[in-house]
Amino acid sequence: MNLLELQHRMFEAVLQPLTAGDEMQPRSRDGRSMQEVAAEFIKPNDRLSSFERLEIYNRQYWFRVLGALDEDFPGLRAIIGQRRFEAMCKAYLVDRPSQSFTLRNLGARLESWLLSHPEWTQPRTALALDMVRLEWAEIEAFDGVAEPVLTPHDALASDPDPQFRLQPYLQLLRLHYPVDDLLVAIRQDGSGSSMASNAVSERHRQTRVRKVARQKPQSVFLAVHRVDHSVYFKRLGPEAFKFLNALREGNSLSGAAGRAFQGSSVSESKLLSTLQNWFENWSTLGWFCEPKPAKQN
Amino acid sequence: MPANSFNGFTELGVGIGLRVPHYQHILSEKPVVDWFEIISENYMIDGGRPLHVLDQILERYRVVQHGVSMYFGSAEPANREHLKRLKALVRRTQTPWLTDHLCWGSVDGRYTHDLLPMPYTFEAARHTAQKIREVRDFVEVPIAVENVSSYAEFHVSEMTEWEFLTEVVELADCGILLDVNNIYVSSKNHNFNPLDYVNSVPAERVAQIHIAGHSKFEKYILDTHDHPVIDPVWKLYARAIERAGPTATLLEWDDNIPSFEEVHNEALKANRFIAEMAVAS
Repeated sequence: MNLLELQHRMFEAVLQPLTAGDEMQPRSRDGRSMQEVAAEFIKPNDRLSSFERLEIYNRQYWFRVLGALDEDFPGLRAIIGQRRFEAMCKAYLVDRPSQSFTLRNLGARLESWLLSHPEWTQPRTALALDMVRLEWAEIEAFDGVAEPVLTPHDALASDPDPQFRLQPYLQLLRLHYPVDDLLVAIRQDGSGSSMASNAVSERHRQTRVRKVARQKPQSVFLAVHRVDHSVYFKRLGPEAFKFLNALREGNSLSGAAGRAFQGSSVSESKLLSTLQNWFENWSTLGWFCEPKPAKQN
Repeated sequence: MPANSFNGFTELGVGIGLRVPHYQHILSEKPVVDWFEIISENYMIDGGRPLHVLDQILERYRVVQHGVSMYFGSAEPANREHLKRLKALVRRTQTPWLTDHLCWGSVDGRYTHDLLPMPYTFEAARHTAQKIREVRDFVEVPIAVENVSSYAEFHVSEMTEWEFLTEVVELADCGILLDVNNIYVSSKNHNFNPLDYVNSVPAERVAQIHIAGHSKFEKYILDTHDHPVIDPVWKLYARAIERAGPTATLLEWDDNIPSFEEVHNEALKANRFIAEMAVAS
């Protein structure tokens, strides 16, 4: 057995999901006895069989990756419940094993996977998907790149109708539920534990989480950003959200304003002051950055 | 501390791993520490707090990078994105040398995020050494490979672990990060004398030494980095520095992390063995 063959065999065994009792499966995916599979390439010793030695790695793998998702998605866990969350994570990781050298990216494909597997989130699919998007946006906002800050004054000095570039770490989300409030409540709860829990000692905190979770659908336009290296949520009006998205797509100041206020209830007399307020506020938060230098030929 | 080409001709002393629970203490109290080891992957990101903290640490302390996912032993080629990010971090930290594990952990671009043991074959040694050379050529700093704790051995192995380690580092012409705790753990799991291991590695290639604690289970020992260093591991450490000289030493403590002082004091016990060795010689 050469290096490649051995690694393929062990990899397939290590990534096979554990049993309900967190033990290695007795059969491989192709139906063979795992005792036999393990014995083909792993030596037993005086205390452990080949199966048991392989099982150490099998267990370590699943404990590690499930722990990582558990840490990154406490909001989703609270919405769908602890047991379902664990089962969902296993199914996700079987379909989408890590393709990154860092565990940070383990949940990068969770939203798209859940979109095609609504059975894990029903009947709260929209709420759960909003939460996944928010929790992933937090990860991106936490360690995304920050470019040198640009003030509107600097930009307008060189071009009366400039393109404003937004900080790459700034995440803009259109949500159908107020999951920002829900996530804050879950964090205040401290454990991020399942809302299905009925533990008496947790009841007063669970009540708060349930209250937020029961909120009716509501359009929320949210910026996930960071100040002094901490991540914050900031709600936006629909016009502001459209305006920022238009800037991100490369529109000029006037082009973005045109899109933001199209069909808007904001009166024409207030357009200028609205824009000024936005820029003042967003500049303070450092959301604008210097344009990318033009490519040299 | 003996300087050699495998640790960038540096003499660093006794350091500890830089861990999140200690950030605030280190930045506010500015304790005297010989050097910090960072987990490279934790800082191979685009921005945010981790890099902000790292930059502050770099203003005051010497930092050496330690990786956990280069997987020199994986049969597939090195990940280009990984290499680019690693090189960017090397430039940022000015690490005098770079370490990662003598193990594998990925297949066809899919990752286990674990340090899986190598089959000790000549084919694997040649492949691994070639990959170490390629990575070193790309990142342009000396590389030292660390022996891992293991819980399984393979039928195909053609030599002992220490023979395999020697074969790889000689073929790659690279250094060794000798983890004496890992030697102890593997010796218990595989029934060999850990002193045979320490006595057999090419001492002139030892660039750095790791010490750590571990957890004992009924039938095996797990490398958990969540306890103080036990006496048998200190004895292996004493023997290692007797052979290699007072080498740059690093205490790993990654789980149930106690206060900064407790971790640092545990690491500084190494100085006692270094002093005893100096007296003896």
